[in-house]
Amino acid sequence: MKKWLLNWRLFSLFSVMALLLAGCGKPFLSALQPAGEVADMQYSLMLLSTAIMVLVIVVVTIIFIYVVIRFRRRKGEENKIPKQVEGSHKLEIIWTVIPILLLIILAVPTVSATFKLSDVKPMNKEKRDKNTVVVNVRANLYWWEFEYPDYGIITSQDLVVPTDERVYFNLKSSDVKHSFWIPAVGGKLDTNVENNNQFWLEFDQKAADKAKGVFYGKCAELCGPSHALMDFKVKPLPRKEFDQWVEKMKNAKPAATDAVAKEGEEIFNKSCIGCHAVTPADKRPEQARTAPNLANFGDRERIAGILKHDEENLKKWLKDPDSVKPGNKMTGTYGKLTDAQIDALTKYLMSLKVE
Amino acid sequence: MSTVARKKSLIWDYLTTVDHKKIAILYLIAGGLFFLVGGLEALFIRIQLAKPNNDFLVGGLYNEVLTMHGTTMIFLAAMPLVFAMMNAVVPIQIGARDVAFPFLNALGFWLFFFGGVFLNCSWFLGGAPDAGWTSYASLSLESPGHGIDFYVLGLQISGIGTLIGGINFLVTIINMRAPGMTYMRMPMFTWATFVTSALILFAFPPLTVGLVLMMMDRLFGGNFFNAAAGGNTIIWEHLFWIFGHPEVYILVLPAFGIFSEIFATFSRKRLFGYSSMVFATVLIGFLGFMVWAHHMFTTGLGPIANAIFAVATMAIAVPTGIKIFNWLFTMWGGSIKFTTPMMYAVAFIPSFVMGGVTGVMNAAAAADYQYHDSYFVVAHFHYVIVGGVVFALLAGAHYWWPKMFGKMLNETLGKITFWLFFIGFHLTFFIQHFLGLMGMPRRIFTYLPGQGLETGNFISTVGAFFMAAATIILLINVVITSVKGEKVSADPWGDGRTLEWAVASPPPEYNFAQTPLVRGLDALWIEKMEGKKGLTPAEPLGDIHMPNSSILPFVISLGLFIAAFGFMYHAKYSWSLFVGIGGLLITFICMFLRSVVDDHGFHIHKEEVLETEKGVKA
Ligand code: HEC
Ligand SMILES: [Cu+2]
Repeated sequence: MKKWLLNWRLFSLFSVMALLLAGCGKPFLSALQPAGEVADMQYSLMLLSTAIMVLVIVVVTIIFIYVVIRFRRRKGEENKIPKQVEGSHKLEIIWTVIPILLLIILAVPTVSATFKLSDVKPMNKEKRDKNTVVVNVRANLYWWEFEYPDYGIITSQDLVVPTDERVYFNLKSSDVKHSFWIPAVGGKLDTNVENNNQFWLEFDQKAADKAKGVFYGKCAELCGPSHALMDFKVKPLPRKEFDQWVEKMKNAKPAATDAVAKEGEEIFNKSCIGCHAVTPADKRPEQARTAPNLANFGDRERIAGILKHDEENLKKWLKDPDSVKPGNKMTGTYGKLTDAQIDALTKYLMSLKVE
Repeated sequence: MSTVARKKSLIWDYLTTVDHKKIAILYLIAGGLFFLVGGLEALFIRIQLAKPNNDFLVGGLYNEVLTMHGTTMIFLAAMPLVFAMMNAVVPIQIGARDVAFPFLNALGFWLFFFGGVFLNCSWFLGGAPDAGWTSYASLSLESPGHGIDFYVLGLQISGIGTLIGGINFLVTIINMRAPGMTYMRMPMFTWATFVTSALILFAFPPLTVGLVLMMMDRLFGGNFFNAAAGGNTIIWEHLFWIFGHPEVYILVLPAFGIFSEIFATFSRKRLFGYSSMVFATVLIGFLGFMVWAHHMFTTGLGPIANAIFAVATMAIAVPTGIKIFNWLFTMWGGSIKFTTPMMYAVAFIPSFVMGGVTGVMNAAAAADYQYHDSYFVVAHFHYVIVGGVVFALLAGAHYWWPKMFGKMLNETLGKITFWLFFIGFHLTFFIQHFLGLMGMPRRIFTYLPGQGLETGNFISTVGAFFMAAATIILLINVVITSVKGEKVSADPWGDGRTLEWAVASPPPEYNFAQTPLVRGLDALWIEKMEGKKGLTPAEPLGDIHMPNSSILPFVISLGLFIAAFGFMYHAKYSWSLFVGIGGLLITFICMFLRSVVDDHGFHIHKEEVLETEKGVKA
């Protein structure tokens, strides 16, 4: 009977908290609306630790309020000398032991989750299962590259992944330290300059639908003037659609049809191709891949990770990238473009699609 | 030497002083000024983030302000203000006439001061450091200009000052205690200072090493952190946090000490569980060195390291909890008087508990992957540092102001300051927990609309202005008090328990005419309860030996200041190297002089002491 009462109380505390927390933020960004196995695990740890901590706060607050009201010096007590108490072993043992117990309750699931989240054996098997999706994430000053080593394709800025299965990541940086974070889907892991970090995430289809098909990703480590603008987007697809996307990517070729786009292609091949590739199968070594792969630029969610994806913004970007992202690595590398050239390039870039 | 000969101009007096009470005032003024600068930088940050896509402080400039805010607040405001309290109080609390090494004490201050000035010169010389106060190696090596050089050299100089200060207090507390002042009779603030000084002794050398390596990389072509040449940037992260985590306790233990004094005084009760408080302080200091990698949970150290550091970090909550309950039970059954310092102390409990519990949440490594480098963490450490350390410094300043300056700060203004600051603090930082969980990374100069971050950020900015208003009222209070305040007696609060309340306010140069005999914890309280007016002396009245003042600490530090400029620009101008060497020469010559020229100090004669004491009584 008593146990039942306790359970019920804990349960209601939990649900009130979950309700409070879930009201927070947007489904495409908030860690409080977990959208996958990893985020779920982390969210339950959050709830557990919050519950324990709220308990502590409540106890302290009750004693605190009682003491502060009850023992204030009142009129006529100006000369009162309270009893000088040295301490109390009994009390001191109580408030040493109870916190230890509470911490053990928290420590056990913490340790277990920490190990679960770092289980990357499937991606490192000698012979990797054909269906295991691995993505090499390379962080660069203010843009992200996603390479699918098993499919020989590369994309940038928009990460495409299959839903409802574990996707494995190799993370590294090519310049300074960044950190790869998709808050709704799971915690972050740094992209270091000297080693690969590995972890996995799982993207929930239902949550993806709720987020209208796109999650927001962020750089979470200060990396320079445009750190705040180093966003990326995640497009989770059902496995079947994902496979189709991979096929399309494998066969994608730039195909400028109308005259303006053709003109744009020429300009591009003169001024931009040194950095940007326009085929998903970019065979150059990664040191040479100094700019986002544009093969599916026309399908992107955003321009340069942040601007709304339309022609006007693309022109704005090509005219003066620094006004959009201060300190980015494209500014001043391709000479001056006339308005006509920018129009042509815009037509061409917008035609780069696989979908 | 006689009194007449020692009458110097005020400025010269402070430039050359080796008196711990005057050095305390120097620390207070310098730390206070840097606090204002750091506060202004915080305000700029909050203005920029008040609305999405704001263009008040963009990109690189924002990063400079952000870096300088953190660096200034930790190294140039909080640390020296803590040293101000320690200098003003600890020697008197243990019944000493000064610290063990008065000359070093002055040197420590001037090194800190010149380091801080050097760092802030960057604003006028091409831009401030911009890689965050943690200055992670890959970014800081990439940073153009001299900003990071200012960081490296400035912190190196002020860091030496801190180290010297720490050693000095260790020796002072070990050697200079009055007869009868056993370790277990030391006031809690002295204990906190003792443990803090030990932490400084062990924590600052790793920082020094890290800074030297970074200096080599940036100025002399080293490759310690250059991954392409076989270096490793993770080493910097370790070195920084092996220093950085204990640094948190270096700041917060004295805060605990200050509050322990205040709780006891204004509850008119001895500290509940004194020995467990001492034990908890030492334990926190020890564990403080075992947990640094919890700042690196997302670096990729692997699950074993993360799990170990997670559990170790959780363990710190236990001694901290002991302290919280001991404070509550110090008030229990007491007679609580709500003075301004006591209001800060009382408000500290819920505020700091909030910071503590989010700390435990952060310790849960797997969940920290979400919190790390998000606004959740920003909220957490501001709850600890503002709700703990800054509250304590404000409380301590109000509490010991009459002791330091002989005048009581205005209580009404003090309470207004308190309320504004308290409300502003929670308004600014509480909401940031949620911003972080909603996906806002830390250290971003802007955010796009439509991500659900607008309201929270706006509220946070409003809160910052409350704190700014509080600071302005505090300044007004200080001015009014120095102009109009009335002189106060030795024990102006009426409930003083420890030795500092037994000597005049401000204390005479020699602190105690006769070294007191300490007969238990809360030495003054014991005498009071036995109906005695003053302390029991442990020696007959006699001549008092005092150290001479000296300009050398100032010049030694100035030499390093010049040297830092010289070495920083050596790649640009070849003659600059000689400026660097010249600066070092100034420093070394002064050190040489100090070593070979004997300085025997001087005596204050018995008659003079009697004269002064009479003046005080009257
Ligand atoms: C020095 C190499 C370099 C050259 C040359 C260069 N770019 Fe870029 N470009 C970059 C980099 C780096 C970025 C990523 C900027 C960022 O987001 O911080 C980028 C980003 C872009 C983007 C946005 C990509 C996306 O996925 O949102 C477009 C479009 C683009 N460049 C077009 C061009 C065009 C057109 C040219 C030629 C006129 C050009 N670039 C020349 C380096 C270069
Ligand atoms: Cu980044």
